[in-house]
Amino acid sequence: MNVKTIFSGFGGQGVLMMGYSLAHGAMMHGFHVTYLPAYGAEMRGGTANCTISLGDEEIASPIASEPDYLVVMNAPSLYTFQNRLAKGGILFLNASIIEARPTRKDITFYAVPCAEMAEEVGNPRAANVVMMGAFLQKTGIIRPEIYLKSLETIMGSKKKTMPESNRKAFDAGFRFLESVNGGTGR
Amino acid sequence: MQGNCVIGEAAIRAGCRFYAGYPITPQNELTEYMAEHLRKTDGGVFIQSESEIAAINMIAGASAAGARSMTSSSSPGISLKQEGISSMAACELPGVIVNMMRGGPGLGNIRPSQGDYFQATRGGGHGDYRTIVLAPATGQELADLTMDAFDLADKYRTPVMILADGMMGQMMEPVVFRKPKPRQYPECYVLKGAGNGKSKFIRGLILDAIEMEEHNWKLARKYNLISQKETRCEIHEAKDAEMVIVAYGTAARVAKGAIRRLRSMGLKVGLFRPISLWPFPTRELRELSEHIKHFIVFEMSTGQMLDDVRLALQGFANIDFFGRPGGVVPTPAELSNVVSRRYPQKDAYVDRFLRFKVVEGPFGP
Repeated sequence: MNVKTIFSGFGGQGVLMMGYSLAHGAMMHGFHVTYLPAYGAEMRGGTANCTISLGDEEIASPIASEPDYLVVMNAPSLYTFQNRLAKGGILFLNASIIEARPTRKDITFYAVPCAEMAEEVGNPRAANVVMMGAFLQKTGIIRPEIYLKSLETIMGSKKKTMPESNRKAFDAGFRFLESVNGGTGR
Repeated sequence: MQGNCVIGEAAIRAGCRFYAGYPITPQNELTEYMAEHLRKTDGGVFIQSESEIAAINMIAGASAAGARSMTSSSSPGISLKQEGISSMAACELPGVIVNMMRGGPGLGNIRPSQGDYFQATRGGGHGDYRTIVLAPATGQELADLTMDAFDLADKYRTPVMILADGMMGQMMEPVVFRKPKPRQYPECYVLKGAGNGKSKFIRGLILDAIEMEEHNWKLARKYNLISQKETRCEIHEAKDAEMVIVAYGTAARVAKGAIRRLRSMGLKVGLFRPISLWPFPTRELRELSEHIKHFIVFEMSTGQMLDDVRLALQGFANIDFFGRPGGVVPTPAELSNVVSRRYPQKDAYVDRFLRFKVVEGPFGP
């Protein structure tokens, strides 16, 4: 198995954190993994993306020519990356701020209104964690418990309530896609 | 762990106790890491210097006083350090210099590139000298080669360069730190007060031409010894290969991805990855050319290592080249397309649609 995922969105949406937490979780699971951020003279409100490669053998290239999974948190990211997605790949999009839908017919996509859902669970800044719940529900790369443990590790103990609130956000996303079938482009 | 931090941690574990540096993207995390962690060590000193030139001269000083020392920068900053590196080579002072290459020439940009190969492997500064250059390609190698760099620097009393690029610096990978070897070096040169013994003197200025010539030959003999003993390379999937990609560092990672794709199309492609860029693994590459006749050099530059490959193969094999300079990191798909188009054809007739999977464009294959 060798899976590549690109996370993309505005800087400040926690896009790099999504990738980093997935990479950490994958490492704890025992996968080989690389985390490659697109770095540059970037800032809040600018664009951010990162590529995670993971698998049970050594990662040849940390760069994704055709990622298997794509998570887009804003519309520009959808336009930039949807054509890179591999045939049969899965696309997760932040339906809270993206009105457009992918046009490709050979992929599956899930629209997750993660900002509204994060607000519902009382943590508006956890939209990215909601998305991670949705992502792991459909991809099943690592078990949710491992992921949440990793998230807790890397977030540190800034606030005592943080792990609990993240868990709620994650569960919301995870349950949201439990019984949802993906759409394809029209 | 992030690549830059891996180097910092490996250096500290290897016993580096002096670091001086000046900020430049994409290696700032290394300076930051040393600032935070060096002070927690026994006697560690971190200095954010007023310039790159000051930093290299500070590590020369610390090295003369017997400390394992390191500095780091990225391309434009490394250019500034050349005078100091030349001086360290002349004075035979050990030290580790990390270069996280970025796009150039000039200030260029901050994206990963491999344009400093010539500068690193040809000495860089003025005068008749060489620096050992190690090129890691994985997070694990960043750790291992950093530790090796300190050992090599001590063993040969010469500056050693770690040549990586912005991508290696920014990328995170799991790393296991090995136990460092105990430090072995001839203490005879270290300036720590003469006591009752003879006074010591380290200098790079030798005005007498005959004396300078002797010093040059002494250095040259040392460099010859290094060329014989310290070459390193990785040969990957080359046993049955018809064509071999020659690439180092990040480019080699891209090449490995491309090879996976090419092999799935049925094309027998392997990889030759120099780990020591100077000394270049000439002997190993020439041995490989005994049964492989097609090589393609792939670099994130317009063709620098290409010269060393030509020198090594001396016309005994075909050498092709593909490069993307300026901070562009090609995808494995792009490289595999290039390689498949230049793959040696054996039969008079080949159905290209059968043999090669053609990547479909918007207007068909």
